[in-house]
Amino acid sequence: MRYAMAVDTLKCVGCNDCVVACQTENDVPIGHCRDWIIEKTTGTYPNLQLEIRSERCNHCANAPCVRTCPTEASHYAEGGIVLVEENECIGCKACITSCPYDARYIHPEGYIDKCTFCIHRVEKGQNPACVSVCPTHAMIFGDLDDPNSDISRAMATRKWKSLIPEAGTDPKVFYLI
Amino acid sequence: MSTSMNRRDFIKIAGVGAGSLAFATPLFDFSKGEILAPDAVPGMYAKRTPTYCEICFWKCAGWVHTNEKGKIWKVTGHEDDPHSNGRLCPRGTGGVGMYNDEDRLKTPLIRTEVGGVQTFREASWDEAFTYIADGLKKVADEHGPECTALFTHGSGGKYFGDLLKAFGSSNIAAPSYAQCRGPREVGFIATYGEGVESPERVDIRDTRCLVLIGSHFGENMHNGPVQEIAQATSKGASIITVDPRFSTVASKSKFWLPIKPATDMALLLAWMHVIINEGLYDKDYIEKYAYGFEDLKTHVAQMTPEWAYGITTIKPETIRETAREMANASPRVIIHPGRHVTWYGDDTQRLRAVAMLNALLGSWGRRGGYYYPEKVNFKKYPHPAFPKPARTWKDAYPGKFKLAGLALASGICDATVPTTERDCSFKAWIVNGTNLIHTLPNQANTLKAIQALDLMVVIDTMPMEITGYADVILPECTYLERYDDIRVSKHREPTIALRMPAAPPKYNTKPAWWMAKGLADKMGLGHFFPWENIEEKLDWELKQVGTSLEEMQRIGVKKYKREYDDLYPMQDLEDFEFNTNTGKIELYSTAMEDEGYDPLPKYKAHEEPPEGYYRLIYGRAPMHTFSRTANNPNLTDLMDENSVWVNPKVAKEWDLKNDQYLWLENQDGVVSKTPIKVRVTERIRYDSVYMVHGFGHTNKKLTRAHGRGASDADLITRVHIDPVMGGTGMRGNFVTFRFEAGKEVSS
Repeated sequence: MRYAMAVDTLKCVGCNDCVVACQTENDVPIGHCRDWIIEKTTGTYPNLQLEIRSERCNHCANAPCVRTCPTEASHYAEGGIVLVEENECIGCKACITSCPYDARYIHPEGYIDKCTFCIHRVEKGQNPACVSVCPTHAMIFGDLDDPNSDISRAMATRKWKSLIPEAGTDPKVFYLI
Repeated sequence: MSTSMNRRDFIKIAGVGAGSLAFATPLFDFSKGEILAPDAVPGMYAKRTPTYCEICFWKCAGWVHTNEKGKIWKVTGHEDDPHSNGRLCPRGTGGVGMYNDEDRLKTPLIRTEVGGVQTFREASWDEAFTYIADGLKKVADEHGPECTALFTHGSGGKYFGDLLKAFGSSNIAAPSYAQCRGPREVGFIATYGEGVESPERVDIRDTRCLVLIGSHFGENMHNGPVQEIAQATSKGASIITVDPRFSTVASKSKFWLPIKPATDMALLLAWMHVIINEGLYDKDYIEKYAYGFEDLKTHVAQMTPEWAYGITTIKPETIRETAREMANASPRVIIHPGRHVTWYGDDTQRLRAVAMLNALLGSWGRRGGYYYPEKVNFKKYPHPAFPKPARTWKDAYPGKFKLAGLALASGICDATVPTTERDCSFKAWIVNGTNLIHTLPNQANTLKAIQALDLMVVIDTMPMEITGYADVILPECTYLERYDDIRVSKHREPTIALRMPAAPPKYNTKPAWWMAKGLADKMGLGHFFPWENIEEKLDWELKQVGTSLEEMQRIGVKKYKREYDDLYPMQDLEDFEFNTNTGKIELYSTAMEDEGYDPLPKYKAHEEPPEGYYRLIYGRAPMHTFSRTANNPNLTDLMDENSVWVNPKVAKEWDLKNDQYLWLENQDGVVSKTPIKVRVTERIRYDSVYMVHGFGHTNKKLTRAHGRGASDADLITRVHIDPVMGGTGMRGNFVTFRFEAGKEVSS
């Protein structure tokens, strides 16, 4: 089991529904977020391109946050989902420094928080909240080890990229381009 | 203006205790709703209750999830709902923020004077109702009940509308007509005998080519079309976007036409020229259904792409190529009519051109073009007939706006200002859920009208700017805390949807139905609201369509079969009589001609920005609705201010830097009340600037929104009125940059 997510940049309109859905689903405090939107414009008027991406923790298979965590609060859970055990976290921020994707924030209660791929939903066979609300169906979640999963099919048929591949983190969030 | 001169000073609602004015009398039974099995995760939801969203007019049906403690947790889409297809937009998902907003209006307030200073005092509901009933009676006695008007946006308006009709006035106006989609309806009615309506009857799901003229879906987050555009493009549909700004949807389009603003009519006429001259139009369809084709052919004979190039800056070859793209997809092509179309004052004519172009391509009444929606025949709870008013708002405009199908909010506002040529017609306004200060153009005029009123009642959930001018403020509970009328949808399939309270109203707030009924009782009009409570009314109405309140509380949305098999009545050139004078699709409009308007749309040059000024273009952000969500904690967290988009060439000329704050000043010397941040971006033309509407709130009681960004409404002082139906064209304003604040403006 290798959980992964693909964001279709051709469909994403950057509406932020994923961000607010995550916030309400996971009770993320106002002023913080576990996912966010990036818009990148290239070219000059009128020859322009725009790429829009919904970003979050990449649930890396080779996760610097897990390596650097002194208390093993950051760990791999089922299917490679990277989680923070809040009771084990001492708030030292080593993971924040080591994460090339800037995916973590300090929860007002003192621990480090980030995307969980909504493991509480995934365990019940549901999609993560962000995926389940996306109005344009721009996000796909699933198991890369299952060749028939929607995500495996999308990755096999579409052009894709991941972010900062040179960091060697083996990220599990992909962008269909 | 000094304080003493104003009958109505703006009051920044003060002294309103955040109070634990608990909900005393149980109006609702909260045992209703679907009780869910205990969740695997402790503390997660215990119950879900149906609703339909009130954050925008799309009214998506959804579920409100509450946890075991009865606390509202989240809102999700309803799977059976054709408006949402199980997925809400960010505003709907963030609807819970409206409920949690601690800046909400909390108790009725009445304007009073203490030591020469106007202020609001807290009042009981009974006191507030007595004050309003007395005030309305005085207006009726002195001027007649027709001198009252209702401005409304949103579900609760129906109850206040009934109250006003019972009182003897039919002046019920929604800014969504004259400030938004009115020209579209009139333009399409003149052509096809019926309008586009809401939700728009566009079959985007099955289209092969979608043409957007200034519509920026994705930023303008109308849920249905945004979802269907993604579906259609996945199946290979192409998009042609005409916009001076590289919008989100422009970035997803096969063709982006970066048109010079205010020249769309020339492009539309040139497209028709190409389609007719190259023989690309649907000849059988035109032969069977259209009236006036030869007139149109002659009319556009000289309107070549070369002619349009000089006006629009769009290359002739691009005009031809895009015309052919549409024709190749015909009849599965949609030249989208847009929604907010009050731009330049000739908007009905521009929308006529849009309607005609669709007709040439045979898309009306065809799959992948425009479908024929159907809704359930829904009977309202019976009540006595309303009295017939002796006069209406139209009497203030003899011989004008003859094709206006609905009341004009701006028209009523203008007719409230006393002038030498017209008696002040309106003495009392009821304003429900619409912040007229930001909604109507020409703020100075709106404020003048307000000063001429004897009574202004504002119903809202939030202390919007308009509340500061009210005599009485009635705090409405949010849509998550109330029943409203059944949503009866006109769509591919008829549906109905229920909204019911998921939690008791916070503070001392009440639903609109309760207020209107209570006011009616106080005014001796109780017999027009002959039901005991809302549950009785809704249950009776639901039983007429084969369901019940009890069933709807469980299922939320009910689908019905279409009675008629006519989703695409012109698919195979079936006989059809259109509701026009000729019974045909009128390319040449006899109705327009009869009323003295151009029967065929003409290109008219619009004023261009003077040296050093840029056309002010405004639009939407996906996480906000108008000016009403700017304080919602969840949505403000996503976007808490707007910025002014400036092309890098312009930025260089003015030495503007990203994130620098400045003021905008328009052609009339009016300066934005608040500063705005600069966004230097290639995505906007050099002759225009762009900003998202809805920011620049000045009421300090909106703690998150106050002073954040600037309001385009401040700067829209020049209005081009559409002579056909009275729409207020707002895109003829030009701004320049200013590096210091304007003079202090009252309020």
